[in-house]
Amino acid sequence: MKDNINITIKLFAQYRDDRFKVEQRVCACGIRAKDIMDDLGISEHKLPLGVLLVNSKHEKEEYELQDGDVISLFPKVGGG
Amino acid sequence: MSDKIYRVDMSNLTYKIEDVPADWMGLGGRGLTSTIIAAEVDPECHPLGPNNKMVFAPGLLSGTTAANSGRNSLGTKSPLTGGIKESNVGGTIAGVMAKLGVKALIIEGIPEDDSTFYHVHVTKEKVLIEAVPELVGKNNYFVLDAMEEKYNKKVAVMTIGRPGEMKMLISNISVRDPKGKLRSHGRGGVGAVMGSKKIKCITVDAQNYKEVTYAQPDKFKEASKVFTKALQDNPISGEGLPAFGTNVLINIINEAGGLPSHNFRSGHSENAEEICGETMAEKIKERGGSTTHGCHAGCVIQCSQTYNDKDGNYLTSGFEYEMIWAFGANFGIKDLDQIAKIDALMDDLGVDAIETGVTFGVAVDAEIIKFGDGVEAYRILAEEIANGTPLGRVIGGGAGNLGKLYGLVRVPVVKNQSIPAYEPRAIKGQGITYVTTPMGADHTAGYAVATNILNSGGFVDPLKKDGQVELSRNLQIASAAVDSTGMCIFVAFPALDDPKCLPALIDMINARFGISLDGDDVTNLGSTILKIEHAFNLKAGLGSADDRVPEFMKYEKLPPHDAIWDFTNEEIDEFWNF
Ligand code: SF4
Repeated sequence: MKDNINITIKLFAQYRDDRFKVEQRVCACGIRAKDIMDDLGISEHKLPLGVLLVNSKHEKEEYELQDGDVISLFPKVGGG
Repeated sequence: MSDKIYRVDMSNLTYKIEDVPADWMGLGGRGLTSTIIAAEVDPECHPLGPNNKMVFAPGLLSGTTAANSGRNSLGTKSPLTGGIKESNVGGTIAGVMAKLGVKALIIEGIPEDDSTFYHVHVTKEKVLIEAVPELVGKNNYFVLDAMEEKYNKKVAVMTIGRPGEMKMLISNISVRDPKGKLRSHGRGGVGAVMGSKKIKCITVDAQNYKEVTYAQPDKFKEASKVFTKALQDNPISGEGLPAFGTNVLINIINEAGGLPSHNFRSGHSENAEEICGETMAEKIKERGGSTTHGCHAGCVIQCSQTYNDKDGNYLTSGFEYEMIWAFGANFGIKDLDQIAKIDALMDDLGVDAIETGVTFGVAVDAEIIKFGDGVEAYRILAEEIANGTPLGRVIGGGAGNLGKLYGLVRVPVVKNQSIPAYEPRAIKGQGITYVTTPMGADHTAGYAVATNILNSGGFVDPLKKDGQVELSRNLQIASAAVDSTGMCIFVAFPALDDPKCLPALIDMINARFGISLDGDDVTNLGSTILKIEHAFNLKAGLGSADDRVPEFMKYEKLPPHDAIWDFTNEEIDEFWNF
């Protein structure tokens, strides 16, 4: 059985400041989107989460990541 | 002194200054322009013939100290869609008209002598109409300079470039902003209507006006404070828009699979990182531009910006998501500077970013131009479109007409107007807005992207049909009301999420006029406007069969979600049951 999964994390807008644009990570099975956010300090960041996409679909913070997932994190953004 | 209606008849170059009829008294902006068009224009008239009219009206709060209240509405019958059009714009015009007491400026008729163009100058006491042969064949910045020289730096200016003179369907009416740059009354070929009336430019006197008065000044001040704070506290209007401009959307719409690319073949663009708001903000910082700029005085959001080239020289301002999407993702130019050069040229010519950009996307399929060839796109604009050559006219007729001429099927238009930067198959609520709004495909008419993608005002899954019709209807009703106040649409973000925002907006209207509207009145106003516009379109021959996406979207799967448009006609037509 596989214990680790490979995921890709993409950050956008102000979340890129002092962090990165995109990063590959090997994580333990069962890791949730929220754990990644905690690790990045996004929950306590002054800009709360706006949108969380996994493989281009909206998901909740509790989402359990699967091998190969691409997770994209955005603060509140808008325009038009 | 009370506001007046200024009516200009171009058929005999005369004007009248009229009292405002009681029925129109409580209206402004879109509510007023659509009411006047519906009352005075034959829906079957030719949009470029003598019986069409143009109505310019500032919003109910324009001219006041309320933040973001400087938007002006233009109503007419669109030569692109054949239906009613309301187009709104920033710049200085709305505030100046409101302070001068111009409730609406109505332009009717066509001059008998069509050998020249005219300049219409509005002052408090009179309207001057004079031939301006020296401005014929000139573009917008030339006209701005000429008007500044003739009057002063404050004079409000609305002008058309050469494409407008030639009545091209991609043409806009351009409006001077506080820094002497341009904003646009866009979409629907409204520049062609002004061209058909042989008007090169309209100016409004900004020297002899009075500040607007308030029925209850203290109450107004109080409400205005709450409103401004709501705009500033909201993470989108207070932080995201000033930092990145509207172009922050490239990445999120792309990641969500809804960014139309390669002439609507995919919802994902490989160019996103090169053209996105984050990259743009970095370049602006490096090159000494500015990420914040207001399109009118009193804007506290400042989503606009100044974009310089590598050497720090000014390239363009008001560099918007729609423009960058159309030329970057959909037409494929990777180089942001090249898009900026095209943007500046298009401002000077006065052509619509969305209509022109989508037309270039279709032109790739027509094999007129290669995907992503920005140099050739620039040349076509500067040489063919500006000079009205046959190729210039073909592109200048917009995407729908180009598609017909070349026998193409993948032509992204609704009611012959180009679909903007959000894919209807992958952002279905926005698709419902495109098909149902009386304006033809228009994103601002009911911005369902907010709730489908951005988690503003809740969340409705963009890939499912559930709840989309209701969402779009509610947003369209609210937008019609907001478009009547003179507020910029970005007020929608705090309005969707901050319960203090809308009541403060209504309190300001009440305090300005000494009336007592409540939330229901505002909703009713929005519904009434939509129904008036819809009724006009029905009489003009645009029925439910026109409330449809182009057919290819029903059978071509859109990557990455392989989404198709799957609403039944009955589900769409349910929209009008209110
Ligand atoms: S937020 Fe942008 S569009 Fe709205 S008024 Fe300000 S500059 Fe103009």
